[in-house]
Amino acid sequence: MSPIHYLRCFGGIANREWLRFLNQRGRFFSALVRPLVWLAIFAAGFHFVLGVSIIPPYETYIPYSVYIAPGLIAMILMFNGMLSSLSMVYDREMGSMRVLMVSPLPRWFLLTAKLLAGVIVSILQAYAFLAIARIWEIEPPWYGYIAVLPALVLAALMLGALGLLLSSAIRQLENFATVMNFVIFPMFFASSALYPLWHVKEASLLLYEVCEANPFTHAVELIRFALYAQLEPTSAIVLIATTAIFLTLAVYGYDPAKGLMARRAAE
Amino acid sequence: MSIVPALSIQGLGHRFGPRQVLKDVSFSVAPGDFTVLLGLNGAGKTTLFSVATRLYAQAEGTIRIFGMDIRHRMLECLRRMGIVFQQPTLDLDLSVEQNLFYHCALHGLSHREAAQRIAAEIDRVGLADQRREKARRLSGGQRRRVEIARALLHQPRLLLLDEPTVGLDIASRQFMLDHVRGLCREEGLAALWATHLIDEVGEGARVVVLHKGEVLADGAAVQLIGQMRAPSMRAAFETLVQEREAA
Repeated sequence: MSPIHYLRCFGGIANREWLRFLNQRGRFFSALVRPLVWLAIFAAGFHFVLGVSIIPPYETYIPYSVYIAPGLIAMILMFNGMLSSLSMVYDREMGSMRVLMVSPLPRWFLLTAKLLAGVIVSILQAYAFLAIARIWEIEPPWYGYIAVLPALVLAALMLGALGLLLSSAIRQLENFATVMNFVIFPMFFASSALYPLWHVKEASLLLYEVCEANPFTHAVELIRFALYAQLEPTSAIVLIATTAIFLTLAVYGYDPAKGLMARRAAE
Repeated sequence: MSIVPALSIQGLGHRFGPRQVLKDVSFSVAPGDFTVLLGLNGAGKTTLFSVATRLYAQAEGTIRIFGMDIRHRMLECLRRMGIVFQQPTLDLDLSVEQNLFYHCALHGLSHREAAQRIAAEIDRVGLADQRREKARRLSGGQRRRVEIARALLHQPRLLLLDEPTVGLDIASRQFMLDHVRGLCREEGLAALWATHLIDEVGEGARVVVLHKGEVLADGAAVQLIGQMRAPSMRAAFETLVQEREAA
């Protein structure tokens, strides 16, 4: 198998993901509307309730809407990562997963290609959100739009890999909805997406530590700093490490000899 | 000089936990052979296909594709296999053509090469006019034809078909059978056709009877009918199964 074969295979998987995305316009709009609702209503409502002091990377007092924007971008990436994995569960139930799994390339590559294809779609949505968010005066410096790209890639990879891992462990679509509730909401709320962590620390030290350990917090912070062309090294390392762990476990989970696929077949 | 079988299975066993679903299964399919794997529902046909295509891990026995052990050269083996699954596997939200391009990309074909092969295969199954239709809008029989066309795009030398005619009307069933038999006869393709429908065996076919995970008979359909002193394939099959149940 030559490198060109791998490249064509990835092109095919990415194209399919893109076509599916275009076919599901509702998915695109809901992916955009969800964070915009938070921005337009939630941020406006809490504008005077939650004070945001000057914390890095911000150099001045900022409106609450500016504070939550990185969290909402990470929310887009998380929902998209989970939906992409949901499509893996759907594909498995509908049978089209078999077509992917019997193609003559290593399984780790097929799963990574699927993950990367989802990442591309996620990032396009994140940029669409950033463009619309200018209406609410979310206006990072122009170079921030470029600097944020690697952060978006890394955050989308981590969240997509988590979704992939969950999809390998889930038997039916119905179960996926349950897991979504137990993963998405706790991850989102126990993070720095909606409130600075020093606020949380004042309220509960334990919750603060949970938020610190939550990889979603690091996705949010990496994006927050990158929007101002700054690197948050701890967050970058945490995201690289968690992506590697989630992806390795997902590949293991999809291995018919070892992982959960084997156990599922046995039941 | 002996011909290397397209598919050779030796002593294959498979368990789902404590349940043995395949037991010491051995048979082979030569290039150009149309072999029917005949068995009732639950005989182990789909499990056998899943093991041969790496969807399930192989534990006992050996499977060779053109002499290559799938445990050691799985990817090479998959390149030589075309597969039609029992479960429909088309992406219903994509068009016929998009489904086929996707398959070509998975097999590393260039866009130009893919376009040529798609045009040829889709024409062979008589669906050239529907190539831009969403798969969802096709009938069950048409979807199956697309799946056959898809399985042939990377020019495999062995075709595995798991209950490909389930749920199809008589005309579609006959089309599928004639098409695959023609491929074997004219292009030397080897085909393993799993079914529980005895009338799909045909007098000239080779048949492997699988029952509760074990091979009960393996040979030409005519020979089997003669050996069992039965008036038809159906009677021969029923006698075989009854004898096995009584033993």
